[in-house]
Amino acid sequence: MAASVLFPASARLLSGLRHFSRVSRAATTSLCRPQNHSLSTTARHFSQPTPRTEKAKVTVNYVMRDGSTVPVRTKVGENLLDIAIENDLDIDGFGACEGTLACSTCHLIFEQPIYDQLEEPTDEELDMLDLAFGLTDTSRLGCQVCVTKALDGLTVKVPEGVADARDV
Amino acid sequence: MDVKTGYVAGRLAFRGVLCRISGISTAAHCHAVKKHSCETVFKFSQRSLYQTSTPGQHRWFCHNSTPGQHRWFCHTATPSQHRWFCHTSTPGPHVCIVGSGPAGFYTAQHILKNHKTARVDIYEKLPVPFGLVRFGVAPDHPEVKNVINTFTNTASNERCSFLGNVTVGRDVTVAELRQAYDAVIMSYGADADKEFGIPGEDLSGVYSARAFVGWYNGLPQDKHLAPMLDTDTAVVLGQGNVALDVARILLTPLSILKITDITDHAAAALETSQVKTVYIVGRRGPLQTAFTIKELREMTKLPDCRPLLDPADFAGLEDKVKSLQRPRKRLTELLIKTAQTGGATAQEAQRLAQATKEWGLKFLRSPLEILSSEDGSRVSGIRLGVNQLEGSDSSARAVPTGETEVLSCGLVLRSIGYKSEPIDDTVPFDSQKGVIPNEAGRVTGCKGLYCSGWVRRGPTGVILTTMTDGFETGKAVVDDLTTGILQPVGGVRGQEWIQPLLQKKGIQAVTFEDWNKIDSEEMMRGEKVGKPREKILDVKEMLQVAQS
Repeated sequence: MAASVLFPASARLLSGLRHFSRVSRAATTSLCRPQNHSLSTTARHFSQPTPRTEKAKVTVNYVMRDGSTVPVRTKVGENLLDIAIENDLDIDGFGACEGTLACSTCHLIFEQPIYDQLEEPTDEELDMLDLAFGLTDTSRLGCQVCVTKALDGLTVKVPEGVADARDV
Repeated sequence: MDVKTGYVAGRLAFRGVLCRISGISTAAHCHAVKKHSCETVFKFSQRSLYQTSTPGQHRWFCHNSTPGQHRWFCHTATPSQHRWFCHTSTPGPHVCIVGSGPAGFYTAQHILKNHKTARVDIYEKLPVPFGLVRFGVAPDHPEVKNVINTFTNTASNERCSFLGNVTVGRDVTVAELRQAYDAVIMSYGADADKEFGIPGEDLSGVYSARAFVGWYNGLPQDKHLAPMLDTDTAVVLGQGNVALDVARILLTPLSILKITDITDHAAAALETSQVKTVYIVGRRGPLQTAFTIKELREMTKLPDCRPLLDPADFAGLEDKVKSLQRPRKRLTELLIKTAQTGGATAQEAQRLAQATKEWGLKFLRSPLEILSSEDGSRVSGIRLGVNQLEGSDSSARAVPTGETEVLSCGLVLRSIGYKSEPIDDTVPFDSQKGVIPNEAGRVTGCKGLYCSGWVRRGPTGVILTTMTDGFETGKAVVDDLTTGILQPVGGVRGQEWIQPLLQKKGIQAVTFEDWNKIDSEEMMRGEKVGKPREKILDVKEMLQVAQS
């Protein structure tokens, strides 16, 4: 009897640990750069009575491969890869290298006005994007884009394939 | 107790938890614990005991017929070893995958996700999984190995099993697998390498880059390579990413390498390496290189190392660059920039001027002969034929001009690609292309047989290309199962059918739990020396750790 009580608990513990290690690894290795201050409206006002956790929530809409839109509420400062993983968005192969700029599987397509607001991508990000399937002029890697208050309500499109184009 | 509880306990038994909790060490004890599990977990069970003929091997089966069937068995090979399996033998198709590299795991992932009852058994000839992710990816690219976390999740699915240390074609035949499984997927990759077939290729000091990579990455078959690094100049033949990988490993300061999972023997040999200059030679021009920009950029940033690029090689390319597609355009721009500047800033210029090592790209050169030193003991140089290009851009052909030149060197690494080999007479093979002929992953003319990864497409592309490929083959299998093209057969199937064959031959399949033991042991050994992992290089030792 004792054993059957133990088992489900340890199953949860095991899967919990696995999840934790994956998320924490992604978080520590993601290269989220400081946000552009001219765009950010999240300047800290400690005197404000509103708790920070409340004001620091934004909505991101993911347009999935099947055309459906999944809105996700998330904290400011998270990157678009981690947000997708933490909210269990079902995107095959998304974030294979876990946000370490070693693949292009978290390729996302932005709307032009939003894309223009983002910081310039680094050479290393462009290097990986070069290999992304269905590359567009407004493509970025999700792991390199952190959401800010100014981006609240943004829509990003998951491209249809994850193949890369090394044979070009 | 309901069936659901039984199911949870079954999952855990499958993962080896039951075994650890029980802490049993004799067959008799094992029986008692099993009886306990059956009676508490499966309330309405019928238990029967099978004893196999080999002394010391026992199997217990437990059946619960309502409302689904659950089957357990445990066999002990020696008194201290226990393997537990739980099978829900509700009629679900059995799928077999040959090879546990990225192609195998991504195919498995797709099938398990998109078919709710299929069981997937992944066979691997080594006791350790992940193929080229473990043995191919360079030690200084640990981030690429993060895909292992996804593969580990796939392996922990209760419908997925890993059977390491089983060589298909020797321990079990493809015909046997096809009898035991409803679908068999070939994803065994490309473990031979292409050769030039020129004189001197077998001289001391000439190695295939594949073997060199295997040597520094701990592939058991390459552990004794001991490449001769007592020379100042090395030549890498080929201009793909593997060529840049081996060049980079030869030139990277040891302080960087020794905190990676590079093998101990490779780190020790590289520490005393005399190699100061590495030439990377290609038969075509700068617009036809196979390497990608990430790997090239790493070369330009190597500490204590300067590029040796001849600006003449890039003359006239600046105008052409504008019309190229983005990936080739950015790559070519980086090449031109690297060739032209002696460093964009004064600081960079100083860094390059002070560098003690260098790397260079040589274009339009084909090796004609590898030259031997006077005493014949080793390579002393390489005679190259000068080519010119015929045709346009990426499809341009190299045509010999008749001119030749000699490049002195003491080490040659041949890096012109891998090739797949046929596994068995029963599986069609296109030896011209080096692939299994197929349509969208379905092997031509062989119902129930599939292929995925390099053996399907040829040895090009990165892990991501293989991911797409694996998903496509996985989809072919799931489609054929759902449309009824494949009709699963009932009865004893899958690894239950195969395991007795293996036992008869005395082969102990390594489970994923066993791999976890090897994994922990390697990480523990690594921790002692400040590395993420110290790989075990010997198959026997891997098996010892697995069975401990």
